[in-house]
Amino acid sequence: METLERVLSEQAFMHGLRPEHVSILVGCATNVRFDAGEQLFAEGDEARQFFMIRQGHVLLETHVPGRGGVTVQTVGAGEILGWSWLVPPYEWRISARATELTRAIALDGTCLRHKCEADHDLGYEILKRFAHIINERLDAARMQLLDLYAKSAPARKGR
Amino acid sequence: MSAADPMLPTLFVVRRVQRETPDVVSLELVAAEGETNFRFLPGQFNMLTVFGHGEVPMSITGDGARPDVLVHTTRAVGAVSEAICRLKTGDVVGIRGPYGTAWPIEEARGQDVVVVAGGMGLAPLRGALLAIQANRSKYGRFFLVYGARSPADLLYRRQLHQWRGRFDMGVHVTVDHAQTDWIGHVGLVTRLLPRLSFAPSDTVALVCGPEVMMRYAAMDLEKRGVDPGRIYLSMERNMKCGVGLCGHCQLGPHFICKDGPVFTARAMRPLMTVREL
Repeated sequence: METLERVLSEQAFMHGLRPEHVSILVGCATNVRFDAGEQLFAEGDEARQFFMIRQGHVLLETHVPGRGGVTVQTVGAGEILGWSWLVPPYEWRISARATELTRAIALDGTCLRHKCEADHDLGYEILKRFAHIINERLDAARMQLLDLYAKSAPARKGR
Repeated sequence: MSAADPMLPTLFVVRRVQRETPDVVSLELVAAEGETNFRFLPGQFNMLTVFGHGEVPMSITGDGARPDVLVHTTRAVGAVSEAICRLKTGDVVGIRGPYGTAWPIEEARGQDVVVVAGGMGLAPLRGALLAIQANRSKYGRFFLVYGARSPADLLYRRQLHQWRGRFDMGVHVTVDHAQTDWIGHVGLVTRLLPRLSFAPSDTVALVCGPEVMMRYAAMDLEKRGVDPGRIYLSMERNMKCGVGLCGHCQLGPHFICKDGPVFTARAMRPLMTVREL
């Protein structure tokens, strides 16, 4: 039988966590699903959780006056979505919407923050993992800022 | 090409112009006189002359199995390439080539192949993709990961759509920027690499795009366990003569036109972070 503990343990995010810490996360976790077009959260809302995407595809979007909705990034299976639950003022800075049927594990961030405060070993493990994710996303954002495929960038043979 | 003088272009006629995006066109060229008989290997390039405008290096993007038709894809970014993009059916251009090293299509047989393309970098890889598809059973798992600036900048859209429909090839496309009506991936091309299921020790990777993108793609492939000697990059410098004489395209000890443009990541890694080069 597919238990939540087993499903959670299979996520890359969980690799290397001590069993007692896995149990704590299981206690904060619920299975969720979103249909295509359904919003996971909206910019400005209170950020109460984060998601481990198991299946499907979520786009992170914001609204730019004059340009309409702009997709900043997409997140797919095996990836973690959301760290606003970890950083005051605990509000989403962007909106997220499923582009197809998406299954995920939602972790209660408020609950987990309290557990991390009570157990700093757990808190450090969680922070290390999120630091890694934030580092990757920051690297990616820097590369996107470079706009490498723009016309002014050095072209391939074909200039 | 059998021209005795390597600096003397052969005349080709534009047979067809295909607009790929608002500023990118693909040209089909055939020899102005006689049979083309233009043998090339995927990854090689030509020097293409638009008379009255100048000469530029141009990757060959066509199918090596169809040497009678020469295909080049170009983007209008300079005086010569803008002139190329204005060419019409029946116009005549000069061609010197083919020059340079090729993608290791034969060496990759029996192995998984991961092709990583960024922006216009898909054009020099197209011939390799077609060659592998033509002998698909000779290779292991086969992936194309392609990143473009926006959905409107995707090259070979019809062909990409066909390739995505194949059961024997994984095609993953991403863009850097998109409106919310685009339901595909948004983000760096390298972020798609963890989704691919290949055997790192038996994988050959072909990478082409802006140099920074190639550097990061090679790093990520190495992190997955692919040997840098089996990661191939197509390098770009200011090629003029095409035959290793003028030195314009020198990169460290290499002439990109003659020793490249296809090199291993192992050979390029020490040079790619030297600012003066």
